[in-house]
Amino acid sequence: MRASVPILVPISFFGMMFGAAAIAAGQTLANTIWASIAIFAGASQFVFLEVYRAGVPVWSVALAVFAVNFRHLLYSAALASKVRHYGPLQKFFAFFLLTDLQFAVVENQALRLGKSGRVSFAFYIGFGAIAYVVWIVMTAIGGLFGSLIENPRTFGLDFILPVYFATILMGFRKRDRFLAIAIASTVVAVLVHRTIGAPWHISLGALAGIAVAALMAKNGEVETEGAAEEAALESTSGKVDRS
Amino acid sequence: MNGVVALYEAHQAAFVIALLGLITLATRAGGYLVLARFKRIPARLEAALEAVPVAVISTLVVPPAFSGGVAEFATVAFAVVACLRLPSMVVILAGLGLIVGLRMVGL
Repeated sequence: MRASVPILVPISFFGMMFGAAAIAAGQTLANTIWASIAIFAGASQFVFLEVYRAGVPVWSVALAVFAVNFRHLLYSAALASKVRHYGPLQKFFAFFLLTDLQFAVVENQALRLGKSGRVSFAFYIGFGAIAYVVWIVMTAIGGLFGSLIENPRTFGLDFILPVYFATILMGFRKRDRFLAIAIASTVVAVLVHRTIGAPWHISLGALAGIAVAALMAKNGEVETEGAAEEAALESTSGKVDRS
Repeated sequence: MNGVVALYEAHQAAFVIALLGLITLATRAGGYLVLARFKRIPARLEAALEAVPVAVISTLVVPPAFSGGVAEFATVAFAVVACLRLPSMVVILAGLGLIVGLRMVGL
C-alpha cells in the first residue's frame, strides 16, 4: 500500500488541472466538484468540458464520454477473475472506482498474489477510496484557484484542454496502428470542423480512425484479457511501477 | 411536469454530469457483465474497440490549434513533440507557460 503513494502525485496534479480548466470553461465551482464526485474519470471529465461548452445536444456529450470510456470495458472484463468473489455492493464500489490507475494497481497486486490472483476487497477499496478523495479535494483546490483569477488567459488556463489531450494522445503512441488512426481521425476532424462544424468533427473524425484500425487488423480472434492488460500498460506507463 | 422541466433547465449541467457518471459506471461494470462472457473476440472488433480512445482524442487536439493565432498553434505543436521526451505533467506546465509567453509578445 505504501508503494501507491507516488501514484497520488499525478492524481493530485490532474485533479487541480481539471478544477482550474473547468472554471475557465465556464462551469460553476459546485458543478466542477460534482463532476469529480459523480464521474471520477480524468479524461471523461476533460472531454465533458470540451464538448459541453460547444453547446451541443446532450446525447452527443454522452456519446463522446462513452467513447473515451471504452477502454474501461476491457479493464472490467480483465478484472473478472480477481473480483468475482466480491458481494454485489462490493462490486458496485469496485467498478465505480475502476480508473486506469486502479486497474494497474489491482493487476499488479494480483500478479504478486500469484496464481489465485484474488485481490481482497480491503486492498481494492483502500487504494480506490484514497484516490477518490484526493481527486475530489484537488479538484476543489484547482477550482478555487481558477475562480480567483478574473481572466483565465492570465495563466493560459483556457488552453489546458488541448494541451492535456495532446499528452493523453501521445501516451498511446506505442500502440499498434497509432499513427494511422491518429492521422485519419485528425484529418477528418479538421475537415469536418471547417465545413460542417462542431460537434460533428468529433464523431466523424473518431469513426474514420476506428474504421482504419478495423481495416488494418488481421482476421481471426483474440483473447479479451490480454487486450486489456496491454491497453492498461500503455495508458499508465510512467505512472505505475509494475515491478 | 413543468416543475421537473424547470428544475432540469436550472441545473442542466449538474444533470448532464450525473448522466455522464452513470455512463462511466456502465462502461466500468459493462466489461465484467458483458464482455467477460466472451473469452475471445474477433481481432477486427478488438482493433476497433482499442482504437476508440485514440480516435476520439485525436479529434480534440488539432482543431483547437487552428482556433486562435500562432500562439495556439505553436503550443499544440510543442505539446505533441515534447511528449516524446518529457513526462506529461512537465509538458502541461511548459505548454501553459509557452502560450502565456507567446500571447504576451503578441503572437
